[in-house]
Amino acid sequence: MPAMTVLSAPALATAFKPADVDYSAIAPMLIVIAGALIGVLVEAFAPRRHRHVIQVSLALVSLVAAFVVLVTVSADEAHRGGTLAQAVIIDGPALFLQGAILLMAALGVLTMAEKFGGQGADAFTPMGAAVPGSPHEAAALRAGLATSEVFPLTLFSVVGMLLFPAAGDLLTMFVALEVLSLPLYLLCGLARRRRLLSQEASLKYFLLGAFSSAFFLFGAALLYGYAGSLYLADIATAVRAANGALEGLLLPGVVLVLVGLLFKVGAVPFHSWTPDVYQGAPTPVTGFMAACTKVAAFGAILRVVYVGVEANRWDWRGGVIAVAALTMVVGAVLSVTQTDVKRLLAYSSIAHAGFILVAVLAFDRTGVSGTMFYLVAYGFTTIAGFAVVSLVRQGGSEASHLSQWAGLGRNHPVVAGVFAFLLLAFAGIPLTSGFAAKYAAFAPAISFGGRSGVALVIIGVLCSVITAFVYVRLIVLMYFTEPPAGEVVVAETASPFTTVAITIGTLVTLVLGILPAQVLDLAERSSQFLVK
Amino acid sequence: MTNFPWLTVIGVIPLIGAAVVAGLPAGLTDRAKHVALGFSLVTLVFGIAAALQFENTSDQQFQLTEQHEWIPQFGVSYALGVDGIALVMILMALLLTPVCILAAWRDVPEGGKREKNYFALMLVLVTFMVGVFAATDVFLFYVFFEAMLIPVYFLIGSYGGPRRQYAAVKFLLFSLAGGLVMLVGVIALYRYGPGGADGFLVAKLTGLDLGATPERLMFVAFFFAFAVKAPMWPVHTWLPDAATEARPATAVLLVGVLDKVGTYGMIRFCLQLFPEASKWATPVVLVLAVISILYGALLAIGQTDIMRLIAYTSVSHFGFIVLGIFALTTTGGAGSALYMLNHGFSTAALFLIGAMLVARRGSKRIPDFGGWQRVTPGLAGVFLVAGLSGLALPGLSSFISEIMVLVGTFQRYPAAAVIATAGIVLAALYILLMYKRMMTGPKPELTTPVRDITRREKLVVAPLIAAFLVLGFYPKPALDMLNPAVSKTLHYVGVTDPAPTSAADGSTK
Repeated sequence: MPAMTVLSAPALATAFKPADVDYSAIAPMLIVIAGALIGVLVEAFAPRRHRHVIQVSLALVSLVAAFVVLVTVSADEAHRGGTLAQAVIIDGPALFLQGAILLMAALGVLTMAEKFGGQGADAFTPMGAAVPGSPHEAAALRAGLATSEVFPLTLFSVVGMLLFPAAGDLLTMFVALEVLSLPLYLLCGLARRRRLLSQEASLKYFLLGAFSSAFFLFGAALLYGYAGSLYLADIATAVRAANGALEGLLLPGVVLVLVGLLFKVGAVPFHSWTPDVYQGAPTPVTGFMAACTKVAAFGAILRVVYVGVEANRWDWRGGVIAVAALTMVVGAVLSVTQTDVKRLLAYSSIAHAGFILVAVLAFDRTGVSGTMFYLVAYGFTTIAGFAVVSLVRQGGSEASHLSQWAGLGRNHPVVAGVFAFLLLAFAGIPLTSGFAAKYAAFAPAISFGGRSGVALVIIGVLCSVITAFVYVRLIVLMYFTEPPAGEVVVAETASPFTTVAITIGTLVTLVLGILPAQVLDLAERSSQFLVK
Repeated sequence: MTNFPWLTVIGVIPLIGAAVVAGLPAGLTDRAKHVALGFSLVTLVFGIAAALQFENTSDQQFQLTEQHEWIPQFGVSYALGVDGIALVMILMALLLTPVCILAAWRDVPEGGKREKNYFALMLVLVTFMVGVFAATDVFLFYVFFEAMLIPVYFLIGSYGGPRRQYAAVKFLLFSLAGGLVMLVGVIALYRYGPGGADGFLVAKLTGLDLGATPERLMFVAFFFAFAVKAPMWPVHTWLPDAATEARPATAVLLVGVLDKVGTYGMIRFCLQLFPEASKWATPVVLVLAVISILYGALLAIGQTDIMRLIAYTSVSHFGFIVLGIFALTTTGGAGSALYMLNHGFSTAALFLIGAMLVARRGSKRIPDFGGWQRVTPGLAGVFLVAGLSGLALPGLSSFISEIMVLVGTFQRYPAAAVIATAGIVLAALYILLMYKRMMTGPKPELTTPVRDITRREKLVVAPLIAAFLVLGFYPKPALDMLNPAVSKTLHYVGVTDPAPTSAADGSTK
């Protein structure tokens, strides 16, 4: 080894040039990383009784500060373009999606901070390492332990999400994928109640996630073999040049990379983890994951598809169209049979992923802005939705079975009313953000997607009817059905944290439904990808 | 006063009313219905005032117009305006609302929050009803068209009869399915239109050259939604369930006003935006309309539930309306538009008086009645008048519109008109058979004494019967409003009447 170092050192000295770093452009990511690292230190040094407060405030402050910096500094035209040797590209879509992720993550942290009068965050087990049901666990609970490390973990995950849609090459994208995924695998396994289910979810997510990462990496390797570079810009040039050499590597490479990405958004047939993980994970984590992961992963899909391999889209488009159609149909149809509200929302999120794919496949700038608008609308609604789910309880634990929701509207009109409104938004009823989003997603598909676009939209609206049936049935259950006998299902009085999260999520859902022009305009102005 | 936003004001007053009613403090909860009635009457006054600003002779298609940018990225404007048909529909809705609120006086006897919500939902519905008829932007129309479902859904599902959940969900799913298919058409239409920040205005989308196939596909998408709404055979099955499970006041607003959105949409959007496709589809539509007429009437004869019977008569009547619209003659069109108005009143009367009888007997089944003209002679009398209006007795309002539809259809499609005439005979059967079974016969033995028509109920029935008589003997004011709108629409379609029968001749007879 020393010999090699000696040999290569002179060569490096001439060839190595430190990459230019536009610190302003990547400042939001740096702030969140700093917050996460300080969080680790807090975990090590701060006294236990103060950790919850410190961690929550630290997480919120870093996310909000990152957002403020993003809006005031990074969004400036002067900082647009590639930085860090083109590994990170800060352009309109990246900024828009990063801003969305930061805001949604802040709401997610708010819901995770809910204590319901307990000592630590209510959704999380006092000790992740203790065997469920063991004396060890009981002792941890008595000792007042709390897993306040969930907040730094969340921040790390957010770092990965921020990088994911901004990655300029496939390796950076892979690193971002792992950075966002690993903390999520952990977070999924930390539920306080029904811990075995939670750990099972975590393991499933990890195993399948590892597979999909491997697919992604293999695809990236094939594309490197084809183009001689991992940069999306270079791959795009190579595809356009299409000199006939190594053509056999291109399509498999694209397909494998897309498989890795479609796994993250929960598209059929790579969706099988979604219901289990959504159900098993602590509910606030589910909300955070459903909203933010989807934004980040669709951001990455957009970049790969629009910047990298757009030129040979006629080769792989058919497959993705089939995936989109299947995703909508399977998500919609299977949501009909669900009896658990979290699984139901999981299948509905699969169907929504299908709707978003319809917009992606338009291959037009309006498709990009439609996708981004849909992600924002869906994300806020989802976080608020899962936050409401976490409030409804029976005997101290979440009442996630549908039968437990019967008659909720009688006893808790506000909670049921908010949830009904969010469900109407999922169903895409006008005057909610869901409708504006669906229009924003479907319009480009009809205008620019050709026959397949129209066909997908028709499948999409038919699936919307099916999903509407599911949501409406839930509303029927809440409002028009007698509450079950036995222990009363209550909606806990939420702390200001959760209340704020639900309020903001609901207000965004309403405002984007009635006056979506501002955000649509922003999405439209931010829809131009930069290659370098 | 020309720039006064009449239509917005008419739409906003009930919305404010809904907020006030829903927000009434606990001590004033029992005043909810009074407040709701007050707001509905104020809205009616403004509606009449707006109607006085309307000029029948104007050469503009829409009057009382307002236009503001709403979602420029989608090409959507907040654009309101009315022609004769829309204005007449709005006035009918505004007139029926206080009547329905009065009829619903004791619908929620337990009072409290539930009662407040009930009347608040009704007022919200009025806002959407005004909006849907006044929208001159296709997207805005669609928004009202879909959003309207939600208050109705809660009115049926929360306050209806024993099978209300089933009926509410069925209603919502049928309507949503229709609406979402239409959404595809709406998106496609914008793409073919001139685009831009106000590209969804009806005016901008009229007279486009769409190409035969896209135009036909879009026509089908729109027509499907309107056929579900109207409702036409074979997508009518939600109506009887919804009508019988809903409270009578809700049923009136649903069948009397909301379903008119379907036939109104056919005139405004199918005919005006897709004229060539409308001509192409006419044979099929006429067949469906004739089937609706006969099928609805035959099924009405076989019903044992009063409310379902009335719902099926409506299926039959909507068949007549669609027949007149797609006959594409001025007489038929004006007849249909007038029919939409008359049907609103006659159905309202049948539903509300039927409900008064049901409330007294405690059963909706026709065989449970018998001899009731001896128990409640007053109610029996007004029920007969309402029924006769439903079967289009000369002198009552429906007669004129039904004759105009048949005459207008005969000019172009004699066969359809001849077959449809059988509907009139069947109408006499179902109304008179119902009356015979319920009202005639020996005096029934009742365990508890039953009151005849009360003062409040008289207040409910009086305006409706007045409407029958006025529109039956002197329909000229209504027709004067409707005729220019109909001829404008037919002008867009590009057809002229085949026979030298002018609309004026047909209308004054």
